[in-house]
Amino acid sequence: MLKDITIGQHYPTGSAIHKMDPRVKIIITFIYIVSLFVVNNFIGYIYVIAFLLSAILISKVPVTYILKGLKPLMILIGITFMINIFMTAGEVVFRIGPFTITEEGLYQAFFMALRLVFLVMGTSLLTLTTSPIALTDGIEHILNPFKRIGVPAHELAMMMTIALRFIPTLLEETDKIMKAQIARGADFESGNLISRAKGLVPLLVPLFISSFRRADELAMAMEARCYRGGENRTRMKELKTQGKDYFALSVGTLLIVLLIVNRIWF
Amino acid sequence: MSIKIENVTYIYNPKSPFETKALDGINIEIADGEFIGLIGHTGSGKSTLIQHLNGLIKPTSGKITVGDLVITGEKVKLADLRKKVGLVFQYPEHQLFEETVYKDIAFGPKNLNLSESEIDERVRESMELVKLDFESLKERSPFELSGGQRRRVAIAGVLAMKPDILILDEPTAGLDPRGRDEILEQIKYLHDKYQNTVILVSHSMEDIAKLVDRIIVMHGGKIELQGFPREVFKQSKRLESIGLGIPQITHLMEKLKKVDGSIQEEVLTVEEAKVEILRWIRSNKDA
Repeated sequence: MLKDITIGQHYPTGSAIHKMDPRVKIIITFIYIVSLFVVNNFIGYIYVIAFLLSAILISKVPVTYILKGLKPLMILIGITFMINIFMTAGEVVFRIGPFTITEEGLYQAFFMALRLVFLVMGTSLLTLTTSPIALTDGIEHILNPFKRIGVPAHELAMMMTIALRFIPTLLEETDKIMKAQIARGADFESGNLISRAKGLVPLLVPLFISSFRRADELAMAMEARCYRGGENRTRMKELKTQGKDYFALSVGTLLIVLLIVNRIWF
Repeated sequence: MSIKIENVTYIYNPKSPFETKALDGINIEIADGEFIGLIGHTGSGKSTLIQHLNGLIKPTSGKITVGDLVITGEKVKLADLRKKVGLVFQYPEHQLFEETVYKDIAFGPKNLNLSESEIDERVRESMELVKLDFESLKERSPFELSGGQRRRVAIAGVLAMKPDILILDEPTAGLDPRGRDEILEQIKYLHDKYQNTVILVSHSMEDIAKLVDRIIVMHGGKIELQGFPREVFKQSKRLESIGLGIPQITHLMEKLKKVDGSIQEEVLTVEEAKVEILRWIRSNKDA
């Protein structure tokens, strides 16, 4: 159940994309998202698909694994699809009772659903190919210029690192406590909504207690090693931008330029 | 209640880059009323194995029979199994959640749908078994007790379900020597009194040597050795090669034997060593 969630997971394959500078990857993902919203016709999607597919192939992450990440978002995509198909005004194709489906609605629905699918696939490729630590490192660097206007870049990055670091720990802990309570006869799966919510108490109370304990211990351990925020902090591994990063960046730029041209032309 | 494990294999995260074989063709038979010591290095598959016995994990392949219930079969009522097999996890005090000690211990019996009077009786009984004073502690919050007491409350919570098979995963980890001895004594007492089957997972060779009838050694998801403590601890080289050891007193006797061959080295406890050394001194005097 919990392990079905693939969004935000790291999938190590050691490919060229995995080894890229996280800053560049974040910027390219940003360009990719913007270009998805530049697209206003299906021809534009051809460029997007070409870009996305080649990125997936280079990353060596199985396509099925990325598609699995779409599962939890299927409801959202489905709702968007439905709203668009029924709510768009235009030439009526056919009607079922009070609902009418228009030609424009069909077009719009497919267009929007595809946009969401591409959005999720592209962004999950970023997290799948970048370890959480590298990702937050990249975010910290990108936010650095905003420090002057009071953005606590280091603190934000540190908070994200810690939060990400504790996701697997908490999942493990949840699994352990769940099993311990099941062994004592607890039932998490059957019953109506209220009895199920009540059934969660034996899981949530120990989980909260241990999270607070962990947070306390971590803060103490950090202080014991003289942690005092980002001032004058240097790092062991400096981020380096290489040839392939510039290449990828130019491909990303090419994508958005092509899409803008496509939008103006057609 | 007896346990039979046949050819059990378990794979974590199958078909992903994180795939690991935690258990690899395990075959074990445990008779009714036996006291088993399960030892192995961290990651040897001990915890995975004991979770199978409670139906918390289903094996990827293989068959497990508890009593006359084939728990790997189709449509098994796991609730019935969990009545029979009590599982005390590592650091069980982390699972406490109720406002009072009484309510926490009653959680298991309540899930068995017992009557109020039956629950009350079981809570009293299991608190007595783990040497917790019922009257003074029943209304206290488990979170204001000491570490050793909390551990006992958690163990009492499992004992209150009156399992025929009791499995304990390192019940003494992180306790002081006195707390450790007390808990082990209570487990021993329980076993002697009810003749239930006990499986004790431990890293302490001394504890294992003192308590168990038979030892199962695991390594890399397989059974490396099994047999009576004396037989197993004879193989000190083999145990050391997989990151385990033998009781220190056995180690000492092995060294003494190298000095004088007439000393018997098959000794597991300090008591036995004393007897053996005295015997050796006397026999030397006589000669």
